[in-house]
Amino acid sequence: MNWTIVTVFVVLFGGVTILGFAAARWRRGDLDLLHEWGLGGRRFGTVVTWFLLGGDLYTAYTFVAVPALVFGAGAVGFFAVPYTIIVYPFVFLVFPRFWSVAHKHGYITAADFVRGRYGSRWLTVAVAVTGLVATMPYIALQLVGLQVVIGAMGVGGQGLMGDLPLIIAFLILAAFTYTSGLRAPAAIAVVKDVLIYATILAVIIVIPSELGGYGKVFAAVAPAKLILAAPTAASLGAYGGYATLALGSALALFLYPHAMTGVLSANSRHVIRRNAAMLPAYSIVLGLLALMGYMALAAGVKQNPAYADGFKQFGSTFAVPALLMASFPDWFTGVAFAAIGIGALVPAAVMSIACANLFTRNIYKEMIRPDCSDAEESRMAKMVSLIVKIGALVFIILLPLQYAIQLQLLGGIWIIQTLPAVIFGLYTRWFDPRALLAGWAAGIATGTWMAGTLAFKASVFPLSVFGYTVPGYAALYALIVNIVVAAGLSLILNAAGGERRDETAAADYR
Amino acid sequence: MPDSGGALSEKPSDEAKRRRARWPVFLLLLPVIAVLWVPSYNSVEPQLAGIPFFYWYQLLWIVIGAALILLAYLTSE
Repeated sequence: MNWTIVTVFVVLFGGVTILGFAAARWRRGDLDLLHEWGLGGRRFGTVVTWFLLGGDLYTAYTFVAVPALVFGAGAVGFFAVPYTIIVYPFVFLVFPRFWSVAHKHGYITAADFVRGRYGSRWLTVAVAVTGLVATMPYIALQLVGLQVVIGAMGVGGQGLMGDLPLIIAFLILAAFTYTSGLRAPAAIAVVKDVLIYATILAVIIVIPSELGGYGKVFAAVAPAKLILAAPTAASLGAYGGYATLALGSALALFLYPHAMTGVLSANSRHVIRRNAAMLPAYSIVLGLLALMGYMALAAGVKQNPAYADGFKQFGSTFAVPALLMASFPDWFTGVAFAAIGIGALVPAAVMSIACANLFTRNIYKEMIRPDCSDAEESRMAKMVSLIVKIGALVFIILLPLQYAIQLQLLGGIWIIQTLPAVIFGLYTRWFDPRALLAGWAAGIATGTWMAGTLAFKASVFPLSVFGYTVPGYAALYALIVNIVVAAGLSLILNAAGGERRDETAAADYR
Repeated sequence: MPDSGGALSEKPSDEAKRRRARWPVFLLLLPVIAVLWVPSYNSVEPQLAGIPFFYWYQLLWIVIGAALILLAYLTSE
C-alpha cells in the first residue's frame, strides 16, 4: 500500500466530504421542498452550472472507460469526441425550450413535461420508468471508477474487507446527498473539475515528453487500430459504427435524468445557452484523456510486472491508474486519483437525486399518494436517493462487473426511446400520446433484441440492407423504428380525432 | 406562428432582430456534419506534431464547434 498516495487521496476526499455537508447552507433554501433539495432551488448561475454539468457528464467512469477502450480497441474508442461535438449544438438549440416550459410550469423532470404536454398517464410512467432503469446501472459504474483507484492504491484485499473503503466512501456520499441535495454535488464539482483540469494539463505535457514526444506515443499503436478500418465491398465497416455511436450517444445524453436535472437547476435559459458554448472545454479534456489510452500503450504499463495484479483484476480499466502511477511522483498520483474518485461522487449524487425526483414526482405522487405534502415529497425523495445508492453499491459488490456494463449498454438503448415524446414534444403536439407509447415500446423491443443478438457485449448491430452490411448503433436503429411507428400511428389516430390535452402554450417555450 | 404571449410586449425592432439572427443556427450543423462524415478524416496524414490527422482534426472540431455556438449565442441575444 502506497502511503503517500493514500494520504493525499484521503485528505482531498475528506475536504470534499466537509464541503458536501456545508453545501446545505449555500444559497439557503427550505430543503424540505423537493425543488430546493432536488434542483438546488433552481438558483445556479452560468459558472456553477458549468461546474455541475461538467462534473455530472464527465464521470469517473468516463475517465477510466474511455482511455480503456482506446487502449484496447484503438481508434473506435475515440467516438467519445465526435459524440461531444454533436451534443452541444443539440443542447444549445433544444434545451432552452425545455428549461423555459419547465420553469413556467414547475416541472422537475422530463416525465413532468410529458404529463403536461400530452396528458397521458401511461406515457408519463413509461418515460419515468425508462429514466429510472437507464440511470441505475450508470450509478453502479461510477463505483467502478472509484474501485479501480482504490485498488490501484493497494488499499483493501479480498472479500468484504476489500470493499470496505468503497462502502465508506459511498456512505459519506449518501449522507451529504441526504442533507444537502443537489447543492452538495454542485459544490464538490468545483473541486473535482479543478483537480481534473490540473491532472490533464500535467498529463498532456509531462507524459509525452517522458515518452519522447507524441510521435512515439502513436508509434506504439498497432497500425490496424490507429485509424478506423476502411469499408469493404460487403460492409460499411467501422465507419457506420463510429458515426452512429457518436450520433446516438449524443442524442441520448441529455435525455438522461441526471443531465435534465443539471439543466433544470439553472436560473435562466441563457445559462443553458452559454454553457453549450463553454462545456466543450471538457470535451477537449475528454479527447486528451482518450489519448491517455495510447500513452499507456507507449509506456508499456501492461508489460510492467508491478501492475500485473491490477490488470488481472480490472482489465483495461487499470490502464489509466497504472499510467498515472508510472509517470508521476506519488503525491501527484494522489491528486489524480482523488480527481477520479471525487469524480465518481458528483455524478453518483446527481444521478441518485435525479432518480429520486423521477420516482417521487412521477410515480409516488402521480400514482400512489397524489395529495402528499411538500415535506412528505421531499422526505420520500431523500429516502429514494439513499435506496438507489445502496442498491448500486450492493450490485457492484455482489455481481460481476460485466452485468453493470451490460445493463448500462441497454440503458443507453432504452433512454433514447424517450426522444420522440420529449424532444419532438418541445416543438409540436402533432404526435398522439398513444402512438408515442407504441413507438417507445417498439423501440425498446427492437433495441433490446438487437443487443441480445450481440449477447449484450456490443452495441453496434450489423444491419443487412439488400446484402450490404451497415453496422450501426442499435440505439439509433431502434429509434428509427420508434419514430416510424409513432408517426404512422399518429397519422391514423389524429384522423380519428379526439381530445387533445396540453397544458402548455407556444409562448411557454421561449 | 401565432405568439399570444409576446406580441403585445415585443417591439417591431426586437422581432426583426430575432428573425435576422437565425442564420448562425445553420452554422451549428457544420460541426455535426463534419464529424459524421467519417471518410473525410479517416487518415493518418497529414500529421501535426506527431499526432495523426484522424485525432487532431476531431480535436480541432471541438474548438470550432464551441466557437460557432458562441457566435450563435452572441448574435441571437
